[in-house]
Amino acid sequence: MTAYINQGSNDTRSGFGDGLTELGRTRPDVVALCADLIGSLKMQTFIDENTDRFFQVGIAEANMMGIAAGLTIGGKIPFTGTFANFSTGRVYDQIRQSIAYSGKNVKICASHAGITLGEDGATHQILEDIGLMKMLPGMTVINPCDYNQTKAATIAIADFEGPVYLRFGRPKVPNFTTPELGFEIGKGILLQEGSDVTIVATGHLVWEALEAAKELAAEGVKAEVINIHTIKPLDTEIILNSVQKTGCIVTAEEHNYLGGMGESIAGMLSRNHPTPIEFVATQDCFGESGTPAQLMQKYGLNKSSIIQKSKEVIKRK
Amino acid sequence: MADINSLEETTLQIRRDILRMVHKVNSGHPGGSLGCAEFFVALYFEIMEHNTAFDMDGKNEDLFFLSNGHISPVFYSTLARRGYFPVEELNSFRLIDSRLQGHPTTHEGLPGIRISSGSLGQGLSVAIGAALSKKLNKDPKTVYALMGDGELQEGQNWEALMYAAGNGVDNLIATVDLNGKQIDGTTEEVLSLGDVRKKFEAFGWDVLELAEGNSLEHIIASLKEAKSRLGKQKPVAILMQTEMGNGVSFMMHTHAWHGKAPNDEQLATALSENKETIGDY
Repeated sequence: MTAYINQGSNDTRSGFGDGLTELGRTRPDVVALCADLIGSLKMQTFIDENTDRFFQVGIAEANMMGIAAGLTIGGKIPFTGTFANFSTGRVYDQIRQSIAYSGKNVKICASHAGITLGEDGATHQILEDIGLMKMLPGMTVINPCDYNQTKAATIAIADFEGPVYLRFGRPKVPNFTTPELGFEIGKGILLQEGSDVTIVATGHLVWEALEAAKELAAEGVKAEVINIHTIKPLDTEIILNSVQKTGCIVTAEEHNYLGGMGESIAGMLSRNHPTPIEFVATQDCFGESGTPAQLMQKYGLNKSSIIQKSKEVIKRK
Repeated sequence: MADINSLEETTLQIRRDILRMVHKVNSGHPGGSLGCAEFFVALYFEIMEHNTAFDMDGKNEDLFFLSNGHISPVFYSTLARRGYFPVEELNSFRLIDSRLQGHPTTHEGLPGIRISSGSLGQGLSVAIGAALSKKLNKDPKTVYALMGDGELQEGQNWEALMYAAGNGVDNLIATVDLNGKQIDGTTEEVLSLGDVRKKFEAFGWDVLELAEGNSLEHIIASLKEAKSRLGKQKPVAILMQTEMGNGVSFMMHTHAWHGKAPNDEQLATALSENKETIGDY
């Protein structure tokens, strides 16, 4: 079994900030916009180094999305930065018409996604954003799992032509992916092989899935762990190959089960290879204030939930 | 300047195009389209420096963004008459498999369209983005935008107005079509816009008023004046008063023709008031 080691916890938003900094140094066509959340999005270094390529739009996200769409005309690659809630729900129609339907090369970069935003509570904890964004024709949806992967994703989307929703988070979480794993948009990563159950995780739940697999192994259950960072387009091949071997699957994500990655996978499996499936996700509810760890525990988004669901789904084989 | 008679002839032909397009499919928005016919002719046939070969990036040419996308008939007719695509294609307006969708879109690849619009209030933001892109590219050309007046009820416009002034976006001319009418009645009845000039000025815009928004000479003069005011750290607005349904007697002085097509008899009357000039499509 591959051992993944925490190289030192860090926030995924810092992966975005550092990726953007690198793009600032290597890609003169990359520009950035922010709606009064520079510190939260870790954009300061890019701004210091590229003052003329940064646009502070103030607390006006709708305008930010429109300006970003306009900036593509003339060849710029705009990266917008604000919280996930304000990057999606607040500006859905602007993204739909001016970016997605217009086919504009805008990268919507969304921090503080999900419940791990923590103490600010449900007003800011969007658990519906993956669903909102994946429903838009032509939109690519990416939810990286740690600092390294978020940095790699940030750099990769600049080379990709088309609108992208890049979702990341606030808390410091284990940083465990290695350069050898690579990052290719639309390609899942087989983190660990197993034959009893497939665990497919995205975002902050990937580390939890690996931890769950460790405990399951101690009980004699061989879990296969797949990291799906690109929710749309979905890497169907890696999932189908796995469930043909294991015969059951658990999906894990920091999002509502309605509209999330699990729903995409369930739909894909029902069309191609019906398989017993369980979902680790929030259950069509809003979040609340608390620490990230408390919230992940209360809303069943952690290692123990993945273990429990794995055992349940194995029984359904 | 082009011969004013030639511009008048083009305007008449565009009016006929608008009427015939909406009549054929019994849908679309003739009122605002007719009201802005002179503006489009002035912009595309006199003022804008643009390439006829369409390229999305539009570097080193003037760009235009239509925010109130429902007046697509006048936009399509103007683009076709200006050579962006064959005039015969106006026949496909709002039909299945057409590039001429009900509201303008880039999605079907129609030359001349750079953004989808129709859901209101978004065009000014996009125009600002394109203007910023020009500044980054050291491209000295101008970005033009047109918004409806009812559309100013959408809050995003005011975010955009604040941004453009606060950041000195001075390569942008935004025109507001002040026809005073929207679907449910007059703007005064539906939701009063108040003093638009004072509002724009309070936001930091350089504002020009154009009382004769259906006069080619006045529009051209106003656009030229607006252009002369660019580059002075302020975005420029033209508040252009127009008559919805202009040029068709029974469509004027009412909001009834905002989104309604004429029947056969009404079309015949309307066309008799607007004689064929450079040839129907």
